[in-house]
Amino acid sequence: MTGRRSAPGHHRPPIGRRLLYQLAEHAPAVAVALCFLLPLTISVLTAFMTQHQAGTGSLWPSPWDFANFRRVFTAMPFGRDLLNTVLYAGLSTIGTIVSSVPVAYALARLRWRGREAFFLVVLAAMMLPAQVTSLPLYVFYSHIGWVGTLKPLIVPSFFGDAFSIFLLRQFFRTIPGELTEAARVDGAGELRILLRVMIPMTKPAIAAVGLFSFLYAWNDFYNPLLYTGNSQGGQTLAVALTQLAKSGHQNAYQLQMAASLMFLLPVLVLFFLAQKVFVEGIALTGVKG
Amino acid sequence: MATTVARAGDAVSGARGRSAQRTRRHPSKTRWWVVLAFLSPFVIGLATFVLYPVAATLYYSLTNFQAGSYRPVRFVGLNNYRTLFTRSDNFWIAVRNTVWMVVVMVPLRTAWAMLTAWVITRVKRGRNVYRTLYFLPSMVPPVAAALSFIVLLNPVGPLNRLMGLVGIDGPGWFSDPAWSKPSLVLMALWAAGNTMVIFSAAMLDVPRELYEAADLDGAGAFRKFRSITLPAISPVIYFSLLTGMIYAFQYFTEAFVVSGSANVEASSNELLGYPARSLLFYSTELYQQGFSYFKTGYASAMAWLLFLAIFAATVVFIRVSRRFVHYAGGDR
Repeated sequence: MTGRRSAPGHHRPPIGRRLLYQLAEHAPAVAVALCFLLPLTISVLTAFMTQHQAGTGSLWPSPWDFANFRRVFTAMPFGRDLLNTVLYAGLSTIGTIVSSVPVAYALARLRWRGREAFFLVVLAAMMLPAQVTSLPLYVFYSHIGWVGTLKPLIVPSFFGDAFSIFLLRQFFRTIPGELTEAARVDGAGELRILLRVMIPMTKPAIAAVGLFSFLYAWNDFYNPLLYTGNSQGGQTLAVALTQLAKSGHQNAYQLQMAASLMFLLPVLVLFFLAQKVFVEGIALTGVKG
Repeated sequence: MATTVARAGDAVSGARGRSAQRTRRHPSKTRWWVVLAFLSPFVIGLATFVLYPVAATLYYSLTNFQAGSYRPVRFVGLNNYRTLFTRSDNFWIAVRNTVWMVVVMVPLRTAWAMLTAWVITRVKRGRNVYRTLYFLPSMVPPVAAALSFIVLLNPVGPLNRLMGLVGIDGPGWFSDPAWSKPSLVLMALWAAGNTMVIFSAAMLDVPRELYEAADLDGAGAFRKFRSITLPAISPVIYFSLLTGMIYAFQYFTEAFVVSGSANVEASSNELLGYPARSLLFYSTELYQQGFSYFKTGYASAMAWLLFLAIFAATVVFIRVSRRFVHYAGGDR
């Protein structure tokens, strides 16, 4: 990613040709960028249209109707569902980190018999499709009266998440073994090594895992649909948005888009605040074995 | 980095001062109860939320269990499986649609991610801006993305309007059975930015000198791509196809939202798969049977078949691709 400029001393071509080069260099990239931006642009514009305009495929709002965002709050209990979403995403992120970090540490740094086999179990749990577990879990949760509440979404995250454990283990293994070994030889307990040596050195990695699990919960549709889909206490936004589309607001595209944008906004803010963490975290899920 | 090391050093020396009396234990093996303490929450979770449900699904699949019903549960052997294979046309339609997604969507998405990554590597200045723009849509929650595409691809909507301006008569997209799955593929391409990031990182990692040497040897663009770029990015292709395949087998959210919301007539769960069952995928059919009709035993049989199918496909994929993937570090 270092800037590669032409070596000094080269002849500068005439301005017309330089512009042509620039155009040739950027034209394909700009064309692709337009493809990527079109759906979002249309969504934003639709959120400012009148119902008639939105339903007839208008391309530009006239007049701009700014009240759609306010109308969302009367068309659906947006505030309550937002709170549910924040609770689900926030608490499950805390749970995932608190419960997954020690497991990842045990897999990366402690020496015990069966460690490799246990790691395979983690990998298998990671690959397991949700459909295979959701039927008995639904029965179980409805027995103990949890269906219709946020508990089935939050509580399991406090018992470790296979994907997060896998990622954290990969990160922990990149820390030089001498550091933890030195602390161990000096008689520090494992918990102390984890808290004072490992965690301070892997903060960016833990942040990445936290971001991933927050976004997973924020975007999650399947689990909230199963466990809170018909609840009186409200849904998470992902489910509520689809119900807005179905209930008395069919074809009210401008409301759906306004609500979608409000749902999307925190994600975008997070992304721009932590872009580096994201891109590096994603690269790590793929490239390093 | 230096500061973290220093801080770690402080912690180490602090620990030394306090536990100087303690006998030094063998450094190579951790005591079993320490390991257990670190693992215990996850072990409990594994048993409760993974092992028990997997076993219970297998058991349910051999019964006529209906969640919420007071009817006594009866063991029915392989009846559920027999019904699936011989007496359910929904099942086979769902299988066909899902296989279509695996075979069409997954390779196209990988190819698109590769192409857009290549476009980015051709740009010298402003590369990061493009990368951010291409990546952005993959951050959009699937539900919001599906709702956006419903608006965009409305038969009288903006995209058909735009195409009309240049004289193209746009299709019915999500409301036309022939176009509904391709429309979902379009949506998947739009959100391929996360894979694109991995591809562009791998492409930029290729040492410049390799291309320069190939230039001296008079290699053409295609030859350079095949002999230099392709081996370098083959692990990413492998990763993208494998994870994409596992994901496509479970394809649910976008299909559920689109077939439930794109059409006024399809507002009830009865009509999942609208239009004309062209969007009835394996997971949506499983949801319908298990959580709309509460045919728990029957849906459990479907879940186990899905599990086996994913497992088998993964094993086959790993076997077949082994000889095509090149790792820079040599054989693993």
